[in-house]
Amino acid sequence: MDTREKDIEKLKDYKYGFTTDIENIKAPKGLNEDVIKFISNIKKEPEWMLNFRLKAYERLKLLKEPNWQKPKYPKIDYQDLYYYSAPKSMKDKPKSLDELDPKLLETYKKLGIPLQEQARLNGIAVDAVFDSVSVATTFKGELTKHGIIFCSMSEAIQKYPELVKKYLGTVIPVTDHFFATLNSAVFTDGSFVYIPEGVKCPMELSTYFRINASETGQFERTLIIADKGSYVSYLEGCTAPMRDENQLHAANVELIALDDAEIKYSTVQNWYPGDENGKGGIYNFVTKRGLCKGKNSKISWTQVETGSAITWKYPSCILKGDNSIGEFYSIAITNNHQKADTGTKMIHLGKNTKSKIISKGISAGFSDMTYRGLVDINFNAKNASNYTQCDSLLMGNRCGAHTVPYIKNKNFDSSIAHEATTSKISEEQLHYCQQRGLSPEESVSLIVNGFCKEVLQQLPMEFAVEAQKLVGISLEGSVG
Amino acid sequence: MSNQLKSDFNKVMKISKISEDEILVKKNYLNKFIDSGFPNRKQEDWKFLDISQIIKKNIGNLNFFNDYSKSNKIDTSVFVDGLEHNKIVFINGRIEKIDFNYEDQNKIEISDENKKEISFDYKNSLIDLNSAFTNRVFKIFIKKGYSLKKPLIIYHSTDNKIKTTNINLRLDFELSENSCLKLIDFFTNKTAKNFINIFYNFNLGKDAILKNYKIDKYKNDNLKYSFNNIEQDNNSISETFILSAGSDYLKNEINCNLNGEYSSAFINGVFSLKENQQHEIKTTINHLVENTKSYQLIKSVLGKNSKSAYQGKIFVNSKAQKTDGYQLSKAILLDETSEFNAKPELEIYADDVKCSHGSASGSLNEDSIFYLMSRGLNYQQSKELLINGFLLDVVEKITDPEIKNLIKNIIGLKE
Repeated sequence: MDTREKDIEKLKDYKYGFTTDIENIKAPKGLNEDVIKFISNIKKEPEWMLNFRLKAYERLKLLKEPNWQKPKYPKIDYQDLYYYSAPKSMKDKPKSLDELDPKLLETYKKLGIPLQEQARLNGIAVDAVFDSVSVATTFKGELTKHGIIFCSMSEAIQKYPELVKKYLGTVIPVTDHFFATLNSAVFTDGSFVYIPEGVKCPMELSTYFRINASETGQFERTLIIADKGSYVSYLEGCTAPMRDENQLHAANVELIALDDAEIKYSTVQNWYPGDENGKGGIYNFVTKRGLCKGKNSKISWTQVETGSAITWKYPSCILKGDNSIGEFYSIAITNNHQKADTGTKMIHLGKNTKSKIISKGISAGFSDMTYRGLVDINFNAKNASNYTQCDSLLMGNRCGAHTVPYIKNKNFDSSIAHEATTSKISEEQLHYCQQRGLSPEESVSLIVNGFCKEVLQQLPMEFAVEAQKLVGISLEGSVG
Repeated sequence: MSNQLKSDFNKVMKISKISEDEILVKKNYLNKFIDSGFPNRKQEDWKFLDISQIIKKNIGNLNFFNDYSKSNKIDTSVFVDGLEHNKIVFINGRIEKIDFNYEDQNKIEISDENKKEISFDYKNSLIDLNSAFTNRVFKIFIKKGYSLKKPLIIYHSTDNKIKTTNINLRLDFELSENSCLKLIDFFTNKTAKNFINIFYNFNLGKDAILKNYKIDKYKNDNLKYSFNNIEQDNNSISETFILSAGSDYLKNEINCNLNGEYSSAFINGVFSLKENQQHEIKTTINHLVENTKSYQLIKSVLGKNSKSAYQGKIFVNSKAQKTDGYQLSKAILLDETSEFNAKPELEIYADDVKCSHGSASGSLNEDSIFYLMSRGLNYQQSKELLINGFLLDVVEKITDPEIKNLIKNIIGLKE
């Protein structure tokens, strides 16, 4: 075995699969009003926040878990989960990074996010969420200078209640679907971003999510508000330790773009996908929704989905303001027994709204991948246009690739175009690459990266490199 | 509704002369239908157009009783001129005439069976309804190597004796090896507000060819549902053309199983809708073995308050390598109030396949209209020319020249 092969061997394993031994504070198991009160209490939340949660819980009791998705999963026992888990040392929140539990810092170092160094070197502001709570936010000084608020959700509820009150739940109301409502009732932490009028955020903002404790669901809530004429690019990365059980991740992400504002939201999702036989792994049931509230606003989602046992999410854009733009770029890779049912919704309400969807799905092994998308052009959305392209690549005949687009056009001035193809890597392409001296694995990686190029280009520099590597790793062992 | 269903069912059974066994089988289907009722928008297949709502709104109280003991007068004025053809005349739920005068009588067998089991899996309560109430099930068997000399036209008509009634028809066709059938469904309904439920079952042997043209052109207030199940053996070809224009509501559903290698299915459809019409085409093509092919092209022109929906699904089994599947749907929306919905779906489990779909919708291109007007046409003429060109594309796919001309005449398209 030469060194390169060894490297590949090393990469094959999920390198984020370690656990960290940290004492945790947990809420009692189960979902009930007391647990919600416990969470609210431990976070010292004001009354309106508790009411928000209880209202969601009341409604949750009436809702049924949806089951129309393609990947079926065994029933989740919601009473057998911990809804709150926090490292003990976080009870009295540290004032600065130096006071953080060294073990936590160690964990983030292993993840490749040395909070201190990264803060200094890359100039990316990082907010790290460990199990349920946000542990550290870097680069505060620089951001405050511009009036930018970038902090954990709990901090925002304490410090900026007016902003939170005004916007929380306006895009994903408490009356939404099952998982979103569950999140509204029990969400623990997440990131809060506010960009004031006319400010272009000088650096990339980034959050790392990590599920560490077992039998825990992670329910974070992110709220990003871009005020008039502002711009922000936000990155999100996720990992979890290897465990045999399935863990639930049901986050809510709300984006609000006012007049002339632009939000760019990128995700590299690498939750633990389960082992080769499909045991364990994360259920990633996330609700992400952006509202282009003002005129000429823009929201762009970019996602690279390589992890999770089951991914079930549809980052959406509601194009309410006239001339607003929604974009969705996605690469989803499933290998072994992973399953994904992902896509987007573009809801055109305002005049001259535009949307673009580029989705690339790659399935290998025994996996199953579905693109499901909705383009809905409303009666009033004069002159709206949409372009959708979804391509799938299949490796082997034990996996599946599906496309289920819903197209609704209620406006005669509007145009919709949709294209989809399904294919495999051709023998000619492989032969050509191998003839030039590449190994079969390298050839596949090269071809797949080419296939995904349109989406990878949309990612910020630092992420693009990581994503390219991920694409290669995720497909290891799928050729032959 | 269930009480009325039961009493109407008992009335029908009293009049028709069928055995106890058969009544039991039918009763079974009736109970299945009562359990599920008419499909509604909660079911994925009926998401875009909800038949139970449409029946409630357009018909109100639907009557299931139909007196099959009396025969109906055949109105010969509706017959198609200028094309020699065989006929099946279906009036008010009764088959009045089966006429294969142009054919070799030894090569075609027509049998009348009542107890017909349904040989494939389905989840569709309308098929249960059909099986419970349909009068007689005819099976048309075409012998090995025989190609019908002339096309067969099935006239679907109702006269003024019948209204707000559910009418059911079931026909089974068996095309043996190397046989060929051209079948035209011709709808000439003069009455209003009936719900017509048609179920065809085709069984295509090796090298058999089926061409089915469904023509619903003349404006009427009936609601229709038509279901074709097509089973195809090696090297067989099925071609379906749908002209969906006349009825208030029409849903054509086609389920095609490509069971034999090198078999292929072609589905082409045209929606040309006006005031308040709601039409849908739903297709499912199951590629089950290697080297099969399917092609679908659906075009819509939508006027005021009209709505069309296309749900197409291509399923490729993991064994079905070298599949070639294609779907394209296009729509022109002529009015602010028209609506187009599409769900072109791919479900693929094999890697060496070529499958693609496309969908586009929008209004007429103003530049093209400007161009034509600058050549001396008026606005209306330019619009018509563009629309005709758009639809002609689909009609040109018809492989039988005689029938192509007939359909062009019916639509009013000139070359």
